[in-house]
Amino acid sequence: MMPFRAFACIPAGIGALTRLPVFLSRSLSVGLLLVLPQSILAQGWDMREGVTDISQRIQTLHHISLFICLAVGIVVFGAMFYTIIAHRRSVHPEPANFHESTKVEVIWTLIPTLILIGMAVPATITLRDIEDNSDADVTVLITGSQWKWHYQYVDAGIGFYSNMSTPTEQINNEQEKGEHYLLEVDNPLVIPSGLKVRFLTSSDDVIHSWWVPDFAVKQDAIPGFINEAWTLVDVPGIYRGQCTELCGMNHAYMPVVVEVVPAEEFNTWIEDQRVAMELAGEAAVAARSRDWSMEELMPIGEAVYLQHCATCHQPDGSGQGITYPAQAGSLIATGPVDVHIDRVLNGVVDTEMQAWAPQLSDLDIAAVITYERNAFGNDMGDLVQPLTIYNSR
Amino acid sequence: MTDRQTDRQARLRRHTTLLAVVAVGMFGFAFALVPLYNIFCEITGLNGKTSGEAAPNIAATAPSSQTISGSAEREVTVQFLAHVSRGMPWEFRPTETRVRLQLGEVTETLYFARNFANTEFTGQAVPSVTPGYAARYLHKVECFCFTQQELAAGEEMDMPVYFYVGEDLPSDIGTLTLSYTMYPVSTGTRPVSGAPETAGGTMSMDHSEHSVL
Amino acid sequence: MIAHADTIPPARHPLIAWILRWILTTNHKEIGTLYLCLSFAMFIVGGAMAMVFRLELAQPGLQYVGADFYNQMVTLHGLVMVFGAVMPAFVGLANWMVPLMIGAPDMALPRLNNFSFWILPFAFFMLLSSLFMQGGAPNFGWTLYAPLSTTYGPPSTDYLIFGVHLMGISSILGAINIIVTIFNLRAPGMTLMKMPLFVWTWLITAFLLIMVMPVLAGAVTMMLTDRHFGTSFFSAAGGGDPVMFQHVFWFFGHPEVYIMILPGFGVASQIIPTFARKKLFGYHSMVYATASIAILSFVVWGHHMFTTGMPLVAELFFMYMTMLIAVPTGVKVFNWVATMWRGSMTYETPMLFALGFVVMFTIGGFSGLMLAIAPADFQYHDTFFVVAHLHYVLYPGAIFAMMAAVYYWLPKWTGNMYNERLGKIHFWSAVFGLNLTFFPMHFTGLGGMPRRIVDYALPYADLNMVSSVGAGILGLTQFLFLYIVVDAIRGGTGKATGQVWDGAEGLEWTLPSPAPLHSFHKPPQVD
Repeated sequence: MMPFRAFACIPAGIGALTRLPVFLSRSLSVGLLLVLPQSILAQGWDMREGVTDISQRIQTLHHISLFICLAVGIVVFGAMFYTIIAHRRSVHPEPANFHESTKVEVIWTLIPTLILIGMAVPATITLRDIEDNSDADVTVLITGSQWKWHYQYVDAGIGFYSNMSTPTEQINNEQEKGEHYLLEVDNPLVIPSGLKVRFLTSSDDVIHSWWVPDFAVKQDAIPGFINEAWTLVDVPGIYRGQCTELCGMNHAYMPVVVEVVPAEEFNTWIEDQRVAMELAGEAAVAARSRDWSMEELMPIGEAVYLQHCATCHQPDGSGQGITYPAQAGSLIATGPVDVHIDRVLNGVVDTEMQAWAPQLSDLDIAAVITYERNAFGNDMGDLVQPLTIYNSR
Repeated sequence: MTDRQTDRQARLRRHTTLLAVVAVGMFGFAFALVPLYNIFCEITGLNGKTSGEAAPNIAATAPSSQTISGSAEREVTVQFLAHVSRGMPWEFRPTETRVRLQLGEVTETLYFARNFANTEFTGQAVPSVTPGYAARYLHKVECFCFTQQELAAGEEMDMPVYFYVGEDLPSDIGTLTLSYTMYPVSTGTRPVSGAPETAGGTMSMDHSEHSVL
Repeated sequence: MIAHADTIPPARHPLIAWILRWILTTNHKEIGTLYLCLSFAMFIVGGAMAMVFRLELAQPGLQYVGADFYNQMVTLHGLVMVFGAVMPAFVGLANWMVPLMIGAPDMALPRLNNFSFWILPFAFFMLLSSLFMQGGAPNFGWTLYAPLSTTYGPPSTDYLIFGVHLMGISSILGAINIIVTIFNLRAPGMTLMKMPLFVWTWLITAFLLIMVMPVLAGAVTMMLTDRHFGTSFFSAAGGGDPVMFQHVFWFFGHPEVYIMILPGFGVASQIIPTFARKKLFGYHSMVYATASIAILSFVVWGHHMFTTGMPLVAELFFMYMTMLIAVPTGVKVFNWVATMWRGSMTYETPMLFALGFVVMFTIGGFSGLMLAIAPADFQYHDTFFVVAHLHYVLYPGAIFAMMAAVYYWLPKWTGNMYNERLGKIHFWSAVFGLNLTFFPMHFTGLGGMPRRIVDYALPYADLNMVSSVGAGILGLTQFLFLYIVVDAIRGGTGKATGQVWDGAEGLEWTLPSPAPLHSFHKPPQVD
């Protein structure tokens, strides 16, 4: 591999660079520090400016404190390196004898205090505005759960889960990584531009933290409690963030994607969601009104399994230790079917096995149970119908 | 052994004991932080913890909200939210998402709960209010969250909360959010029979009224 | 009064006698050596864990370890480095140097000293054995946040809890011993305000330890009862609050940061005057600054929790208090520069490490000040910016200070000079590795990369690769350090004089090199 291949590739697409020879070539180019200027283009050296008034004011605060630190640093390190060079023994053999001066001590206690007061004033004003959650136009309840977000529009009565949509193959380096690797979801949060949106955060299990850097909104989602934050975005667009509180195994795979659309478009979208919910209801009625065959259920079940179950129980059903038990040959997947259904619908309290009843349709649950009982070498041969799931709920 | 050495030994022992007592005291202090934290939360409204006890019903002392001073005419919005703890086979939601009410006016709202498991299940609702410092102005006269709720398999019921918002609510609060999270109560920790009924007598009445078996 | 190791009957096999001597020793120098060896071993273990996750983070995607194992590595790296590497290293240094610097024959409570050391290997055995248990090692970060660590923690969490209890007991006993020694065994004439600054910083550190280690013990005990005995300290279901865990933890955690830093301040304050050949500038203000930092450290814990939904008033309080800590810290840095000013300096390895400590710790202090600005913290919090900050504070603050101390006192301990040329190579390669590892993290953090993630989005790829390469270099330098120390023990570049450094002042330099096993039987007179 050419040492500069990585360098040449980066503008074209950083995602291509994951295989071992490239690893070596990248190390080489890193050694030459040639790769750094490219990083500036890809990521930027600075805190993000963002798209809200608050995020821009925070960036200004960041700049103020950064430049004060730089200025103090230049003075202190300047003096230090001056004395390191000027007062070395070879040029300055006789040390001076002073070791106390109250005047100097008072000066260098007072000056930093004044600088700090100067920094505290704008910070206090900004903080007060960040905490002003009043008079919101739209309220969204954000619930973290291992490892996805649930968004509920409190007044419109609409709610949905938002799962990461990056395929496992990209994570396992079997496929080229996409542009928004790990920062893409199936259902983004949609909010209107130009209106004040209030976010209430809570959690179903452990503490998560909902962060969109471009809004400068980072709020912990704490089980049993609700926190609030707000934003007002003027520029429509798609903004990406991540969970920022360690929340278990798949903490890295819990992205936040927010789509900001003009207010009229937002209203249309809300209506569409209502219609979609009704259609889903009708589809569910249709699904449970007939019997499904093994050939129909297995591919649906496999897809559901890979999306929702495979990160813990593994794509081949081998599981990961006692926390994430194997599916292959397990007591549940090869035991009585009603126990299996109960486990999937209701989960296990206080473990990472969650209740899927509120998250998946009758058909999906029927299919995934059928799949688990007839894949990975399990051959129970039994079929679970959507109607059975409907009646078990 | 000289006197100086014995003196020193005594001093060593005294210092060591004193420091050990400090260490043990700090261990105790860690536990004392728990009640201290709760007091701190009540004062500052940290986390929106609300009092677990019923507030006196002001409706009894002030027959109608009209007669209360002018400030009572201020209206605020109260939003209702509900969460179900993960792995709990219940449906649990407010029957209305928000009400607009006057300060000091006792209001009723209902939360709906249904147990879709095929066994009976006990739950305990834990309230949280936001903004946090509004928690001390939201007074619950009666609440299903004061007691544990037991639902038979497939049973459903409407559970009432009677509350009012204190007239001293700071003027910068226009919207309060009241959220309940329903947690499972493990069978081992079921309360002594009769104990919860005394606290929420009306509750058991509502229970029989609304439940549909 | 004092049971000496060499009083053990010589009838046994020499190997058994040798082992028993080290197990039963009550000599402060030997216990100090034991602490230093244990801490270096733990430093290598914790560093190896860092190598595992830096390797995984070198590229986006999953290559070498799974997400769960990654979290276990992150957790154990933090715990092992804090409780296994940094704290025992400084306790070992205190064991060696405090009696020598105050003219005491030994620590005041030698048998307790032996006990508090020998607790530690068992504590770390418990902690590290969790790696081999079903369900894996603890995987919720060294901050042990509930409910991830309580309701959702793996079974091995209980071993972590007992391990932390043992470490806590060891630290508290060690701290009691140090305080009692300093208060009672000072040589005649050595008043408190004549004590070397290293002794002062350790005295204050020991008080911090006694105040906060029991609080940590309380926090993990509550974790334990929440996990097994039906209490709900940290669970909303039973009327508790997960955020309370964070309050209790950081009430311990922030003073803990200063426990790891203050002895380093002391080391720099010993070394810089020696090599500047000039007395420490502002001795009194150094003592007062250290004490104010320690006191302020009890009222700043909330700055770790700005995003947990604190009321505005609390956020403002913690922000102001945190910013205030910059003042005494600044005073210390200014005093060190003033000590150097118009001195007559030479740059042997200890001085290089001390200067590296001052410069890079100051950089960490700057990012700390930036993090204190609560609104900006909403953007920095739990990103790699914090990782950069804490490693700039702790690596130069604790590890560089520790290395400076080892190079400075090694001739006194072994009687031999280390290899100066290799020492300088060690310093410059460590500085290079450290900055290459941690400086880019400022930018990945500002760009939006959360910490403690096993896999990351593509824009952060290049800088993460830089960090990983730097971490590899930094890891290798530790073996150079090990070689230099072993070489010095085996003869080094020649015998050291008792004075060792021509500018050094203090009682320890009045002893011959190597310092005899029993010193200052007759207390020296300090004028």
